Amino acid sequence: MAARAVGFGLPLAVMMAWVLARYRFPGRPVLNALVHLPLVLPPVVTGWLLLIIFGIRGPIGSLLLDWFGVRLVFTTAGASLACAVMTFPVMVRAIRLSLEMADPGLEQAARALGAHRLDRLFNVTLPLASPGILVGGIVAYATCLGEFGAVITFAANIPGQTQTLPLAIYAALQVPGGEAKAAELSLVSLTLALIGLLLSEWIAKRLNAMLGR
Amino acid sequence: MSLSVLLRHGFPSVRMDVEFEVPTPGVAVLFGPSGAGKSTIISAAAGLLRPDECRIAVDGQVLADTASGVWLPPERRRMGLVFQDARLFPHMSVATNLRFGLRRAVEARVQFDEVVDLLGIDGLMARRPHTLSGGERQRVAIGRALLAQPHLLLMDEPLASLDTLRKSEIMPYLTRLKTALKLPILYVTHALDEVAQLADSVVLIEAGRVIGSGPLSDIVARGDLPLAQRDDAGALLLCRVMEHDVGRELSRLEGGGATFWVPLLDAPLAVERRVRIPAREVILAGRPPDAISLHNIVPGEVRRITGDAARRSVLVEIALPGGGALISRVTTDAIVRLALSPGGPVLALIKSTSIEVLGN
Repeated sequence: MAARAVGFGLPLAVMMAWVLARYRFPGRPVLNALVHLPLVLPPVVTGWLLLIIFGIRGPIGSLLLDWFGVRLVFTTAGASLACAVMTFPVMVRAIRLSLEMADPGLEQAARALGAHRLDRLFNVTLPLASPGILVGGIVAYATCLGEFGAVITFAANIPGQTQTLPLAIYAALQVPGGEAKAAELSLVSLTLALIGLLLSEWIAKRLNAMLGR
Repeated sequence: MSLSVLLRHGFPSVRMDVEFEVPTPGVAVLFGPSGAGKSTIISAAAGLLRPDECRIAVDGQVLADTASGVWLPPERRRMGLVFQDARLFPHMSVATNLRFGLRRAVEARVQFDEVVDLLGIDGLMARRPHTLSGGERQRVAIGRALLAQPHLLLMDEPLASLDTLRKSEIMPYLTRLKTALKLPILYVTHALDEVAQLADSVVLIEAGRVIGSGPLSDIVARGDLPLAQRDDAGALLLCRVMEHDVGRELSRLEGGGATFWVPLLDAPLAVERRVRIPAREVILAGRPPDAISLHNIVPGEVRRITGDAARRSVLVEIALPGGGALISRVTTDAIVRLALSPGGPVLALIKSTSIEVLGN
C-alpha cells in the first residue's frame, strides 16, 4: 500500500518540484499552497475532501467507476491514494530543495554541449537531484505506514486491506486486553520510522559524497 | 578567412556596441577590465543571451544573425564553451564527461584520442571530477568542449580561478591545442601573460566598446592604447631561432625586421618563439655607443610619441623595417635631448638579458 503510494506519488512529486523550482508563472503561489495544503490541513479534512472528490458520487470517483469500474473508497487503492496525497508535500519539498541546490551552470554547460531539454532533465538535472528524490521517497514511505486520519476517513479501517499501523494500534486499544498487541505494534512502528530516517540520511550522505558535495 | 562579430545591446547601465573582425584560425583575445562586456560577447555567441542585434560569422559561415532570423538555441549552435569554473558533471566520470558532447554531435572531426593526448588527460579517465585538481578539471572541461565538435571555441577566463602554478601547468596545453587544431578561438581574459602567450590578435574592450583591435604585436606596441600604458608594458614579436653560438653562449633570433641576441636557448633551429621586450628596458640612442656590454642595437623609426602623465614619462613607438614594432618608456627630458620626433631615425638598445623568450 505504502509502496504503491510512493510509486505513483514520486514521479508526480518530481514533476511538481521541477515546475515550482524552475518556472515563474502567475498561478505559482496558489499551486505551491495547494501542494502544501495536506501538510497543514487536519488529515481528517483531507480524507473527507478525497471522499467528496473520489467517492462513487464524486466528480472524479463517479467517472472512474463508470469508465473503468474502479472504486477507490474503502479499498487498498484508496488508502494508497490518501497516503500519496498526504505525503506529496514531503516529497515535493525534499526534491525541490535538491533541485534548487543543483548548479544551474551545469545545465547551461549541458546545453552548450548539445543537450536538449528532456536530455538535460534526465541526464543532468535529475541525477543531481537524486539525493532529494530518494530521501523524499523513503521519508514518504515511512510516513505512509503511519498515516491515520486521511486513511480512516477515506478508506476506512479494514484489517489486511486499508489498515495502517496506527489504525491497527488504535483498534487494538479499543479491545479489552489489547495493550500488549498495541505495544508490539508501536514497537514495529518505532523501528520502521527509525530505519526509514537512518536509511534516508545514509543514502543522502553517500549520494552527496559521490557528487563531491 | 576571418571571424567577424557584431553585437549591439542596451543594458540598464551600459550600452554595448561592439564590432570586430579577426583572422582565423587563431586565438582572438578579448581584453579589458571586468564589467567591460567581454563575457556578454561570449554569452551572446553561445546563444545563452539574446542581444538586440548580433551577427557572428566564421570563415563566411553565418552562425548567428538576428537581422535574418538565424538564431539557434545554444544546444543547436555547436559552440564549444569553457567557463571560468570547469562545470564538469559531478555524477559522471571524466571519460563520460568528455563524451557528453561527442555523443550528441553529428560528426566527429575532432577525435577522442587526439584530444585526450593533446591535453594529457589519459590517466584521469575513471576519476570523478571532485577528485581532480583545478588545472586537471579545466583541461577536462576544454577537452569536453572540443569533443562537442564546435565551429568556434569560446573561452571565458578559463584560467582566472587557477593560481600561478596551475596556470603555468595548463598554458603549454593551450598553446599546443592552438597549433594542433585549426579551430578559431575567442578567449576572454584580463591577464596580460595569457595575452602574451596565447593571442594572435587582440580586441580591446572598454565600457561596451572596442577601443582597438589588430594583430597582437601591433596592439601591445601602441602607446595610445591601454596595454602600453601599464607598468608591465612591452613589445611582442614572433621571432625565428636562427643560430646558436655555443662558444659565446648566445642565440640569434630574427623577427619583425630586427635581429636579437639572447642568452643561449634550448630550442631547435628555425622554430618560432614569442619574444617579449619590456618597454622600460629599451634605451633610446641617437648614434651607436661604443665600449658597451649591450648586444642589441636595433635601428628603427619613431612612429608615435605618447605622453603618460601619470608616470611622468613618455611612450615611444619604434617601427622596425620588417613591420614589427618596439615600444620604449623614457622621460620627457630624453625626448628633448635626443630631439626625437615622429618619422625620425632612432636606435633601440636592448640588453640580451632583458629579452623574454616565451613558449612559442
